[in-house]
Amino acid sequence: MKGMTLNLLKLTFILCLVPFFAQADNEIQEITLDNGMRVIVKEDHRSPVVVSMVWYRAGSLDEVNGKTGVAHVLEHMMFKGTKKTKPGEYSEIIAAAGGRENAFTGADYTAYFQRLEKSKLPVSMNMESDRMQNLVITEAEFKKEIKVVMEERRWRTDDKPKAQVNELFNSLIFRVHPYGRPIVGWMNDLENMTYDDAIEWYQMWYSPSNAIMVVAGDVDTKKVFSEAIKYFAKIPAYQVAKRKPQVEPEQNGPRRAVLKAPSKLPYIQMGYPAPTLGKDGIKNNREAFALEVLVGILSGTSSARLNQNLVRKTSRALSVGASYSMLSRGGQSTFEMYATPSKGISVVNLERDLKIELKKIVDNGVTDTELNRVITSVIAGEVYQKDSVFGAAMQIGQLETMGYSHKIVDDYIGNIKNVTSTDIQEVIKKYFHEDALTIVTLDPQPLDKNKKLKGKPHAH
Amino acid sequence: MLIKTILISALILFSNISVAKINIEHWKTNNGASIYFIENHDLPIVDINVDFRAGSVKDTKQKSGIASLTNHLMVMGSGGIDEEDLANQFTDLGAQLNSSFNQDKSGFSLRTLSDKKNEAIDLLALVLHKPNFDKNILEREKKRYISSISQSDMMPATIASKAFMSALYGDHPYGLSGSGEANTIEKIIKKDLDNFYKNNYLSNELSIVIVGDISQKEAEDIGQKISLGFTENKIVSSIPLVREKKGEEIRISHPAKQAHLYYGAPIIKRGDPDFLSLYLGNYILGGGGFVSRLTQVIREDRGLAYSVYSYFMPYIEAGPFQIGVQTKKNQVNQAKDLIEKTVSDFIKNGPTSSELKRAKDFMIGGFPLKLDSNKSILEYVSMMAFYKYPLDYLDTFTKKIDKITAEEIKSAFQRRVDMNKFSTVIVGSE
Repeated sequence: MKGMTLNLLKLTFILCLVPFFAQADNEIQEITLDNGMRVIVKEDHRSPVVVSMVWYRAGSLDEVNGKTGVAHVLEHMMFKGTKKTKPGEYSEIIAAAGGRENAFTGADYTAYFQRLEKSKLPVSMNMESDRMQNLVITEAEFKKEIKVVMEERRWRTDDKPKAQVNELFNSLIFRVHPYGRPIVGWMNDLENMTYDDAIEWYQMWYSPSNAIMVVAGDVDTKKVFSEAIKYFAKIPAYQVAKRKPQVEPEQNGPRRAVLKAPSKLPYIQMGYPAPTLGKDGIKNNREAFALEVLVGILSGTSSARLNQNLVRKTSRALSVGASYSMLSRGGQSTFEMYATPSKGISVVNLERDLKIELKKIVDNGVTDTELNRVITSVIAGEVYQKDSVFGAAMQIGQLETMGYSHKIVDDYIGNIKNVTSTDIQEVIKKYFHEDALTIVTLDPQPLDKNKKLKGKPHAH
Repeated sequence: MLIKTILISALILFSNISVAKINIEHWKTNNGASIYFIENHDLPIVDINVDFRAGSVKDTKQKSGIASLTNHLMVMGSGGIDEEDLANQFTDLGAQLNSSFNQDKSGFSLRTLSDKKNEAIDLLALVLHKPNFDKNILEREKKRYISSISQSDMMPATIASKAFMSALYGDHPYGLSGSGEANTIEKIIKKDLDNFYKNNYLSNELSIVIVGDISQKEAEDIGQKISLGFTENKIVSSIPLVREKKGEEIRISHPAKQAHLYYGAPIIKRGDPDFLSLYLGNYILGGGGFVSRLTQVIREDRGLAYSVYSYFMPYIEAGPFQIGVQTKKNQVNQAKDLIEKTVSDFIKNGPTSSELKRAKDFMIGGFPLKLDSNKSILEYVSMMAFYKYPLDYLDTFTKKIDKITAEEIKSAFQRRVDMNKFSTVIVGSE
C-alpha cells in the first residue's frame, strides 16, 4: 500500500516455511552506474510482464526520536508530484499503462514498485528517475497526507489489540536500538511532523548512490541496463549521512508488560534477542541457520510441534506460532513466539507451555524426521517460489538493501542441511534464558467499559 | 469416458501489448464434473484446484456454520488416516494442501512438485473422498470457532461487516456469517457434517482446474480419479433468489478510534449482461485504487481516510455492491455525505470520456498481469470454471471492454444501482 509498513521478513516466516531465500540460480546480472546507483536484473520469460522496483537504503532504522514515522511519511509524499507533474499524476500514468504500483516502508528500507506489461518498463523508469531528483513537497499536500498517515496508524495499530501488543513488545525488547520504534511512527510524532521534516529526509537519503533498482521479468538484460543508464546515470549523487553502529545493550533480567485493550481473548507475545547472519553470509552462520530450522520445526510446516502439541493434541491454545528472521540491516533480530490460550488456560500457564516446548528440545533434541521435513519444505519452497516474478524481485531487493549479496541464496539449502540437533540445542541454551525474556500479555477488556456503548445494533 | 468439448486459446495482440498464449482444455466427465486443464512445463510444479458448490449459501440460519466446518474438517483426517499422519504425509512430499471457502464455494488446492505428483494426488483424492469428520476433532474445532467468533464480534470491522450483510440480505443465506454464530456452532454434530458432505459434495457440482507440468493423459486420469469418488445428483438444492429489501441505516457504538462505514445493496449475479459495464464503471468510481473518484474525494483532496473503495461482488445469486471506508470518528458523517454525493453524481452523469479512456487503457493494458504465473492462472480459471463462464471469456474480455461506451455505463448504473435501496452501517459512530 502507499504506506504498507509491514515487516516483510517476519511475515515470511509467520505464514509458512517457504524459505526467505528461494532461488539458487546464476541468471541475475547487475551494473553500477557512475553515480553509484545499482541496477540488478533477473530475466524470466514465462509471461510478458515485468516487475520494476526501486529500493532505498532508508527506513525507520535511520530515524531519530521525535521524528519517528518520517521514512513512511516520505514514502506517501513520493506520490505527490514533482517539478514536472501534479500530485497523483504518475499514478494516473501508471494506471493508463495497465500497471499496478505501490510502495512499502520497512525498518530497513523503503521501496517503490510497479508491475507492467513488458513494453511499459520505460514508463516506470521515467517516473522513478523524476521523483528520485525532482520531488516537490508542498505544505498544503503534506497537511492532507499526514492526516492519511494518521488514519493509517489508527487502522493498523490503535484499533488492533495484537498490533498494540506487538508495538509494546518491540519497544521493550529494544530499549536503545531503533527497531524498538514503530515503523508507522508514534502518533505524537506524526501530529508534530512538518513538511520540512519530510524534505529533510528526502534530501538526506534519496541519493541514487543509496538506491538499488531491481527489474525482473520478460526483459533483455542489456536493454534494461541501457535504459537505466539513460534515465538514472545523470542524476547527481551526494554523500548520504554516516550511519553509526547501534547495538542493543545486553539484557539482564526478564521484561514483562501487560496491555489492556478491548478484546474477548487474551494473547501472549514473547521472545528473546537473537543473532543475525553476518553480511558476508558466513559470520554467525551456524547459529542463524540453527534458529531458522528451529522455527521450521516449531511452526513452519503443517507437522510442526507448536500446533501439533498445543493446539491439536492438548487444546491448550487456540493458535500458536513462532518467528525469526536471520537477516537484518540493523544487525539485531529476535526469536518470538505467539499464542492465544484456550478458554480456561491462563496466560501464565501457556507461557510455561511454550517454554516447555523449548526445554523438551534442550533435553531430548529434535529427530532426524523433523530435520528432514524442514529440508523437504525448503527444497520444495524454492521451486514453488520460481512461479512468482514479484517474489524474486522482492528477495533480491531485500537482501541487497540489507547489505547482503543476493548470491548467498546459493548456499541456503546446504546451510539448512548442515544443521544438527545439537546445533539447535546449543542456540536454545545460549540465547533463550530467563534473563533475556521479554513478554507482553494482552489483558482483555470488555467493550462496555464505557457506559455509553451498546452491543446491539439499533436502527434509526 | 471423456467428452472433449472445445480447445480455446487466449491469444490477444494489441498494437504494443503482448499476452501469453494460454491453452485451456475443457471437458466433462461422464458423471458431470467439469475439468479445465492448462499444460505448462516451464516449472516442475503441478497445481490443482477443486471447487464445490458448498459455501455458506447452503447453510440455514438454525445451524449456520455447517458448510464452513465441513470445509475446515475435510483436511483433518481421511480414509482412517488421522490428522497428524495426513499432515506428515503432505509435509514429507513437500506438497501444500490449502482449503478455501466463501458464500458460494468450498475449495481445495494442491501444489506439488511434479516428481511427487502421483503420491500427492492420491492423498488429495483420499482427502476429498473419505473425510473422517472425527468427533473429537469436531468438538475441538467447534471450541476454536466459538472463541474466534466471540473475538471477531468485538472488532469494529467484523461488527460492521456482519450488520451490513444482514441489512442487505435479511434471512437469505448470504446474510449469514460464513463461519456461523457461537450458538449455532454449539449445536452442530458429526451427523450434520456427514449429511452436508453427502448432499453438497457432488460430481455434477464439481469443477477441477489443473495447471502445470503434467500431460493431457495424466490430467484426464486425475479428473476421472477425483470425480468418480463423488455421486451425481441432478436434483440439487437450489439457491434462493435474493428478495428486494428496503435500505436501512444502522449505527452501532464502539470505543475504537475509527468509525467503519459500509454502504451498498445486493445488485448483480454472475453472468449478468450488465456486469462488464458496471465493472468498468466501478473502476472509475471506486475500484481503481489511487485513481478512482472516491479516493480522490475522500483521501487525496481531504485526507479523510487511508482506504476507501467500492466493488461489485457477483455471487451465484445477487451479490453486494459495497463501498467501505474507515475514518476518525468525528469525520464519518462528512465521509458519508461525500460518498453519497460522489455515487449520486456518477449515476446521474456517468464517466467522462477521458476517465473512460483511462479505465479501458488500464483494463486492456494490464490484462497480461492477471495471468502471469501458474498460481494466478489457476485462480483465474478456477473462478471461470466455478461460475461457468463461457470458454472464450479470456479471448473476448479485452474486446468487450474496448466496446463499452460512457452511455452504456451510465445506463447500467441508472438501471441497476438504486441508492434508495442502499443500506448504511456505521460502527463507532459518535
